[in-house]
Amino acid sequence: MKYSIIVLAKQVPDTTAVTARAMKKDGTLNRTALPAVFNPEDLNALEMALQIKERFGASICTITMGPPSAAEILRQALYRGVDRVVLVTDRRFAASDTLATSAVLSRAIQQIGTFDLVLCGRQAIDGNTAQVGPQVAEKLDINQLTYVEKIEQLHSEKISVWRDVERGKELAAAKLPVLLTVTDRANLPRPPSAKKIMHYKKARAKSELTDGGTGAHRAAKGLLVEEWDADSLGIDPAVCGLSGSPTRVKKIESVIRKGKTFKKIAPTDEGINELLQELIQEYSFD
Amino acid sequence: MIKDTGKSKQTGEVWVFIQRYEKELEEASLEVLGKARQLAEKLQVAVAGIIVGEHSEGLAQHIIEYGAHRVYVLNSVYLRGYTSSAYTKALCSLIEDKKPSIMLMAATPQGRDLAPRIASKLRVGLTADCTDLRIGSYTDPKTGKKHNNILLQIRPAWGGNVIATIVNPQTRPQMATIREGMMKLPARNRAARGEVVHIQSDIERADIITTILQQQHVARTVNLKQAPIIVAGGAGLGTKENFQLVRELARLFGAEVGATRAAVDAGFSGHEHQIGQTGITVRPKLYIACGISGAVQHLAGMEESGRIVAINTDPEAPIFSIAHYGIVGDVREVIPKLIRNYRILSH
Repeated sequence: MKYSIIVLAKQVPDTTAVTARAMKKDGTLNRTALPAVFNPEDLNALEMALQIKERFGASICTITMGPPSAAEILRQALYRGVDRVVLVTDRRFAASDTLATSAVLSRAIQQIGTFDLVLCGRQAIDGNTAQVGPQVAEKLDINQLTYVEKIEQLHSEKISVWRDVERGKELAAAKLPVLLTVTDRANLPRPPSAKKIMHYKKARAKSELTDGGTGAHRAAKGLLVEEWDADSLGIDPAVCGLSGSPTRVKKIESVIRKGKTFKKIAPTDEGINELLQELIQEYSFD
Repeated sequence: MIKDTGKSKQTGEVWVFIQRYEKELEEASLEVLGKARQLAEKLQVAVAGIIVGEHSEGLAQHIIEYGAHRVYVLNSVYLRGYTSSAYTKALCSLIEDKKPSIMLMAATPQGRDLAPRIASKLRVGLTADCTDLRIGSYTDPKTGKKHNNILLQIRPAWGGNVIATIVNPQTRPQMATIREGMMKLPARNRAARGEVVHIQSDIERADIITTILQQQHVARTVNLKQAPIIVAGGAGLGTKENFQLVRELARLFGAEVGATRAAVDAGFSGHEHQIGQTGITVRPKLYIACGISGAVQHLAGMEESGRIVAINTDPEAPIFSIAHYGIVGDVREVIPKLIRNYRILSH
């Protein structure tokens, strides 16, 4: 195994699936109508890791922090070919903001041990903050390269990548270990492998087991997802969850996409002529 | 504005990290400066701009003319080009020395690379991509303690479906990045005078751990942010050839061409035309949405437009819920009718 890669992933509500059906009558969002999915850009990060594995040889570990049900995306990672998965879950991690999340994730990465690359999506589609990646890199005291679109070169000690930085593109290099945040323009993530689905579909984390068992029979078959909590990470509960989060939500308001004056225009010459006259009278073209 | 009854206990300044684009100042940073000035007036403290790198003297006066009372110029040969690690270290030591109450920067790729790194090092709260900032109060529901004169950081979340107000009641500085195009560029006052403070940074060569090997600049040929009229096309156009209709209509109206994420991904239009959460946020006087169904990510980037005309075959398309005028029909037929009738009317 040449490279040791850690992929950070998050399970998110699919905010791209907001259709008219997901809207309530008052024009606000029905959150429960949204399915939980593998954060799209984290899948791009995973794909980048898998391509490195195929080209140079690597062992890939995917870590997610979330409720027990987030283990679903770890199975999704196994179906695509990662070597190890870890669920970081604890009620004391609930309500973590990005700083508290980065404290937990960086501790989990240290627990893994040595690594060459940490890969994660540029941002998650629920919060769109793009903060956790750089915050983890700072806590690990390693390099970061954000907005990565393509790996140009990878040597045993050094990496160079193309970054997509709004005004253009930038070729940047850094010494390993380094954390990369990957954009959706990097690649087209592969679908799960049918063979691996057959193999891993019964993989479960201990807290997912409803029968209260220890999961020993699963462990024997390599189907028990590793699970770490605050105690096994040896992390001070004061730096995670709400107590470790300096930010507070003062208020949440639903965006109401309704209530504007709406006028239906017929798709005919008469209708369109009338519309244009109205727009001209409103000085919309001036 | 939220009215405050409590007395201000803040003594720290309101800071804006001013990003540079080669030898110029990033306009997005100057937009933030205008908002910072309003916040500082409310708090009765000074606004300071922070600029890094060589040849900053002329730029410092420029920053003062856009609203800063004071400019801190951080000098070091090791701060010539932007690198996450060196800039984080240099700015953190300046913050620890001067203790500002608020630290803001534009949410450009550079701002979004740097701000979380600083917040992580200083262990302070940071809110990304704010669309508005205010001064107000927050009462902790657990302790009942009221925090007066703190920064209210307003931002969309959940793909633009909710608007959240975030606060950092305990940690200082209160940090936020501000989405480009959300604040008005302040008027330049050439007579303004202020203080320029030069600081030699103690950054060393070893602090630069990334290297920029090459930069390819894409000229901004489209000026969507300033355009009074935008004609935008979506996946409903169907083909690259049909997207040409959008360009024709735009030319006739003297408008800029916009595109949805789906249209860009399908290759109908270039990335620089993309409007929405991952593209550019616009608020023109008139927005004509052609074959756009209205994914929230797109709506978030254009719903502030003065007048929205939507053309779509699906009467249930979400775009109609924010439109002022809706035409249920095929864009391939409706656009030629718009062109023909506009020519007749403007004769």
